[in-house]
Amino acid sequence: MTVPGVTQKNLKIVGTRPLRPDGVDKVTGRAKFGADIHVPNMLIGRVLRSPHAHARIKSIDVSKAQALKGVKAVITCADLCDLPSEFIPAGEMMVNFKDMTRNVMAREKALYEGHAVAAVAAVSDAVAAHALALIDVQYEVLPHVMDVSKAMEPDAPLLHDDMYTIGVEPKPAMPSNIAKRVEFGFGDLEAGFAKADVIVEREFTTKPVHQGYIEPHACLASVSEDGKAELWCTTQGQFIVRAFCAKLLGMEVSNLRVTASEIGGGFGGKTVVYLEPLALALSRKACQPVKMTMSRTEVFRASGPTSGAKIWVKVGATKDGRITAAEALLKYQAGAFQGSPVQPGAMCAFAPYDLENVRIVGFDVVVNRPKVAAYRAPGGPISEFAVEGVIDEIAKKIGMDPVEFRLKNAAKEGTRAPYGPKLGPIGLVETLQAAKAHAHYRAPLKANQGRGVASGFWFNIGGETCATLNVGEDGSVAMVLGTPDIGGSRASLSMMAAEELGIPMEQVHAIIGDTSSLGFNFLTGGSRVTFSSGMAVVEAARDVIKQLRSRAAKIWEVSAEEVEWVEGRARLLGEGKDKSLSLADLAKTAGKTGGPIVGNAAINATGAGPSLATHLVDVEVDPETGKVTILRYTAIQDAGKAVHPSYVEGQMQGGAVQGIGWALNEEYIYDDKGRLENPGFLDYRIPVCSDVPMIDTVIVEVPNPRHPYGVRGVGETPIVPPMAAIANAVSNATGYRFTDLPMSPPRVLAAIDSQRGG
Amino acid sequence: MALVILTGTLKNLAGGEAEVEVAARDVKQLLRMLGERYPALAPHLEHDGYAIAIDGEIFQDVWFAPIGPDSEVHLVPAIRGG
Repeated sequence: MTVPGVTQKNLKIVGTRPLRPDGVDKVTGRAKFGADIHVPNMLIGRVLRSPHAHARIKSIDVSKAQALKGVKAVITCADLCDLPSEFIPAGEMMVNFKDMTRNVMAREKALYEGHAVAAVAAVSDAVAAHALALIDVQYEVLPHVMDVSKAMEPDAPLLHDDMYTIGVEPKPAMPSNIAKRVEFGFGDLEAGFAKADVIVEREFTTKPVHQGYIEPHACLASVSEDGKAELWCTTQGQFIVRAFCAKLLGMEVSNLRVTASEIGGGFGGKTVVYLEPLALALSRKACQPVKMTMSRTEVFRASGPTSGAKIWVKVGATKDGRITAAEALLKYQAGAFQGSPVQPGAMCAFAPYDLENVRIVGFDVVVNRPKVAAYRAPGGPISEFAVEGVIDEIAKKIGMDPVEFRLKNAAKEGTRAPYGPKLGPIGLVETLQAAKAHAHYRAPLKANQGRGVASGFWFNIGGETCATLNVGEDGSVAMVLGTPDIGGSRASLSMMAAEELGIPMEQVHAIIGDTSSLGFNFLTGGSRVTFSSGMAVVEAARDVIKQLRSRAAKIWEVSAEEVEWVEGRARLLGEGKDKSLSLADLAKTAGKTGGPIVGNAAINATGAGPSLATHLVDVEVDPETGKVTILRYTAIQDAGKAVHPSYVEGQMQGGAVQGIGWALNEEYIYDDKGRLENPGFLDYRIPVCSDVPMIDTVIVEVPNPRHPYGVRGVGETPIVPPMAAIANAVSNATGYRFTDLPMSPPRVLAAIDSQRGG
Repeated sequence: MALVILTGTLKNLAGGEAEVEVAARDVKQLLRMLGERYPALAPHLEHDGYAIAIDGEIFQDVWFAPIGPDSEVHLVPAIRGG
């Protein structure tokens, strides 16, 4: 398949594995993360958090804290704008700022343990901590609700008395904890199930899990007396932080300059604001810079996990392996404010399959937990965990190989997706064929061992993106990007710029610009950066080439049409083919030929294509302890075009490992008062090196025809299949169908014991 | 005229109509026409952040993407990744 705009055959840089441009700074400790910046007269900010899961705030007395020596500012919700309940565009997001202002600082009620209720800035951390203890908050403790099904009951404690379920006609007469109902699908379910020889129907549960980034939230804010402000923070999107904070503080966006630090992981969890508006409000009040960092405990108690959920799935199929109907009901916890990822979860649930009759209904439900934030393919891993379990069971019931069953029903180009449109070119079939052909799939298994397979679908997005290429006087190129580098985008984008310009990658130097350096950029998320910023970089590089050809034409006294750009040089077409000028030659004389050479691109990228994956996993289950050991893991994914295959493999491996944690160990444990009992990595167990084997990877390349290099984003898809693949493997090892996550040793042992009649 | 296919929640809000013909040249015009024809849909089109799929390609937050006379159009929720 050929991709417009580039000759795939003659790529010199794209598809190779150069050293990462940020490597030296990362391994020497020179890289500056969120908490690594210090400025003169800096104050330390701390947050007072609610000890209650649900409580009305009757009063807050900060007078003693304010009077403490060394305290420079104390803020409450009164220092942030109270905004109406309306959805306002912020970048590409529709944001309800009434909820956002209440999430960063509780107003009428504290809605979860850890909810911020006040904050102080002081000359030291010790003084700030002392000041927090002097703030007197009077609470009226209210009944709380943590479970999604209980929260949906009519007599459940109500979090918001103005929440009427959206998506239900007529509008409900009474408020409830159900924020939204969504529905997708088409066809005739009744007729579809009537055609089925086999029907499998099951319920599944997943627990909220944290993104688990190693770097806690951190920022430094400095507001000057004239209202201009600078903010340094660890974020996935400096422009989104600017938009949110300006709104919450009543500032003009141009008065706030946000710089994204290096980031120690985000996975979607750093697409929102927590400390940033508080640091700005404190700095504004104190007229001094304020630094704030979250402890790990605060990260767990007060920053977004993904939803816990209850899922019901029903699938029917014929004996010869065709799915005739598929139905799902999804109930996702949103946390304290609406906005769970149930919508994308519903869209993805059956997306790997070509279905005639399908229906998915989803509910977005508020509970007294931290407001969920995006987590890598938000919503998809949860719904697809359930669907892929049922798919596996159906294949087993009709005696068909699970990969073969998936191949028989696989979505491909032209398939109508359950959410409506027909799909463009996608690579699911190719991943399944690669799985079937892989040595892993034929390797023998021993007693207590099982193999699982699962496929996964996730979207890519485009969005507003800018890039600038500044050609230096020596011919090197300074590339300014607006999307923080989380997964290696400085490498992939430098490679595409170098490929276009025909120069070595080492000649391109990428930096992530602040919000005043270039036009608006949507955040790093939605697997969009190598796709969208890649498009912008290619466009900016082509802008540079156009200028270089023009300069060469002037020098040679010909028209620009008589000059081509080949392998980093301007060449005269036709008779003067021996004439050429390099980028360095033209850069050196740029002043004489018209001034500096700068290539710009400002686009709203469209044409993103989904990425699909199939994972294979072998496990061993210890019948005495219930411990599940991952023996072997192979992740296969369509990358469209792997610009830097090592980074693509890294994303696939990272997603698989996070999925292993989600599948086997990770969960929030609350006491009966709604207080988190395991807010740290000692008791909230993310995988460590000894928990995982080497994750083998196979990159499939079905180019996305809408990208100049065929790119599909790859960052999120790898976390979609692991939970289902592992659950299927554990089920095959034990003969017991596992439907609840995590499959921790006590749960697995209880299941084994129940089979033994124990 | 372009064929707009409504499913699930949107279909319910459009009085159960699954297929609607709209003579719109671009996304902005299409959203306005749909809102006028189905007032119950209008607030959702405005607030829910729908993306538009034109002949299978999803456009997020783009007013002036062209819609052909024979295009098949779907409204899908805008995706925000992680």
